[in-house]
Amino acid sequence: MTADIPTTAGPRPGTAAPAGKPDRPAAKRPRRGRFGVHIFLGGVSLAFLAPLLLAVYASLRPYEETAEHGYFSLPRSLSFDYYRQAFSDSEMSKYFINSIIIAVPGVLVVLFLASFVAFVVARLRIRGGLFLLILFTAGNLLPQQVIVTPLYVMFNRIELPYWMSESMLLYDSYWAVILVNVGFQMGFCVFVLANFMRALPNEILEAAVVDGAGVWTRYWRIVLPLCRPALAALGTLQFTWMYNDFLWALVFISDGDKLPITSALNNLRGQFFTDYNLLAAGSVLVALPTIVVFLLLQRHFIAGLTLGSTKG
Amino acid sequence: MPHATARERRTRRRGLRRRFTARDLAVIGVLLGFAILLDLFVIWGPTVASITLSFSSWDGLSDLNWVGGDNYDTLAGGDYPPFWPAVRNNLLWIAFLGLVATPFGLLLAVVIDRGVRFSRFYQSTIYLPVVLSLAVVGFIAQLVFSRDQGALNAILGNQDNPTDWLGDRDLNIWMVLLAAGWRHTGYVMILYLAGLKAVAPELKEAAAIDGANERQTFLRVVFPTMRPVNVVVLVITIIESLRAFDIVYAINKGRNGLELLSVLVTDNIIGEASRIGFGSAIAVVLLTVSLGFIVTYLVQEMRGEERR
Repeated sequence: MTADIPTTAGPRPGTAAPAGKPDRPAAKRPRRGRFGVHIFLGGVSLAFLAPLLLAVYASLRPYEETAEHGYFSLPRSLSFDYYRQAFSDSEMSKYFINSIIIAVPGVLVVLFLASFVAFVVARLRIRGGLFLLILFTAGNLLPQQVIVTPLYVMFNRIELPYWMSESMLLYDSYWAVILVNVGFQMGFCVFVLANFMRALPNEILEAAVVDGAGVWTRYWRIVLPLCRPALAALGTLQFTWMYNDFLWALVFISDGDKLPITSALNNLRGQFFTDYNLLAAGSVLVALPTIVVFLLLQRHFIAGLTLGSTKG
Repeated sequence: MPHATARERRTRRRGLRRRFTARDLAVIGVLLGFAILLDLFVIWGPTVASITLSFSSWDGLSDLNWVGGDNYDTLAGGDYPPFWPAVRNNLLWIAFLGLVATPFGLLLAVVIDRGVRFSRFYQSTIYLPVVLSLAVVGFIAQLVFSRDQGALNAILGNQDNPTDWLGDRDLNIWMVLLAAGWRHTGYVMILYLAGLKAVAPELKEAAAIDGANERQTFLRVVFPTMRPVNVVVLVITIIESLRAFDIVYAINKGRNGLELLSVLVTDNIIGEASRIGFGSAIAVVLLTVSLGFIVTYLVQEMRGEERR
């Protein structure tokens, strides 16, 4: 069998071959195979979407109904009551704001610091650049549990003024979670950005050096604007990761009112009885921002992941 | 300046001091210094501390009391019952993600990369679970696998004698692995899609001209040329398996058959017992296993850096 189908051979959606043009035999043969491919991919896609759809469906139905007939049954009544309940009784909006308080500064700081480190490593020939790159990259690959215990002990001993933390400690404050998120994610960002910056044309920076531009000017005015695509990709990815983080807040925050939304989801679980439909509504609410971000910024999202794995 | 002669290079090095003004050095010192300090404070300091504390019996309050390798003896000797089940579960996790979810992701990438209609749609749907928090995945798993109301039992139609998918301690780890694989597959698929796009079409054409069939072309030509991606996927698979925590914690706090090393570490510090020394010993076990793979990855990545 000769299957010389280049990756770009498939007809692009919406550009069907003109009717008058005779089909190439090579284009005709895979048609039956293609039908099978669509059944396979369609089946997998459906299977992958099903749990999410089930969560949405369960969240719209009252507990009594699903308790009697199960989640996989025809609806008798649908309502947004659980969403109302999640917002009013469980104050999901408060936890959502907590997540933003942690994720937005976290992303900005990590991008700023990581881009500068990457600039130094990739663009200024200083000694030990490779060592720095290894130091940061390796740090991002450690399992979180390796560092969680000493951090817990340390944060409990570091005192902060009252205006920074109500607990007067680094422990149980947003600072702790932001700090750890930034430190932990920096390795990934440095690695991706260093790869990206190496690929920038030399001439621009050399011209800037000739013009007498200092390190800061070269970084802030020249390299950073050129890195916009990489920064957008990383920003999207990092926001999702920090927003989704579960462990750091669980360990470093004890005051239930300060929990980010992902960790607060556990609070929807009752002490003796768990209304899984309410939990489903909560899960959908937690997942919604990340899904929206993904659908809107899909290109950046995927670029961020693949920048780290294939060398640019 | 790739073709700098040795002399040029020497002068450049000598000129390093002069290359940076005082202001430059201040900027580098402050920003780079801050980043390095943060990295040491948050990552490397605690890593060293974990190793040190693992030789103590510290509870977080009393004086440090060195106990040598006692914590490790306790772990290995089976005096801490959840340890070996947790090791087994972590290994199962690696095996399942590595042997089932990862090849499946690769298969999907290959099929999509051949160029079918609606490939964007397929790609997005399969990738969608990756953006979900693992905690959310854990909660959704409960809707599917719950004994009395879950969708799986309803589809199987065994209402009279329902299977407790998440409550049965011989069964639940497999259900959790399915949920974890749900998320892992899309991740692997995206990485391989990028990898496949980077393979030069000439290579495939050359193989086809030499009479290789599609399978041979993939196994002998395409797959080996994707070596960098293969390494990344391997490392991600193993690191994710060792880090696994959120899903089981969201389901039942990692008890009753869902023990994982990461859960045991967390239990030993935020649990009532606060056995910090002991928890650190478990963390060091995790560290040791992952370090081998981290080094493999770095060697692969940095080999390219030096050539630049």
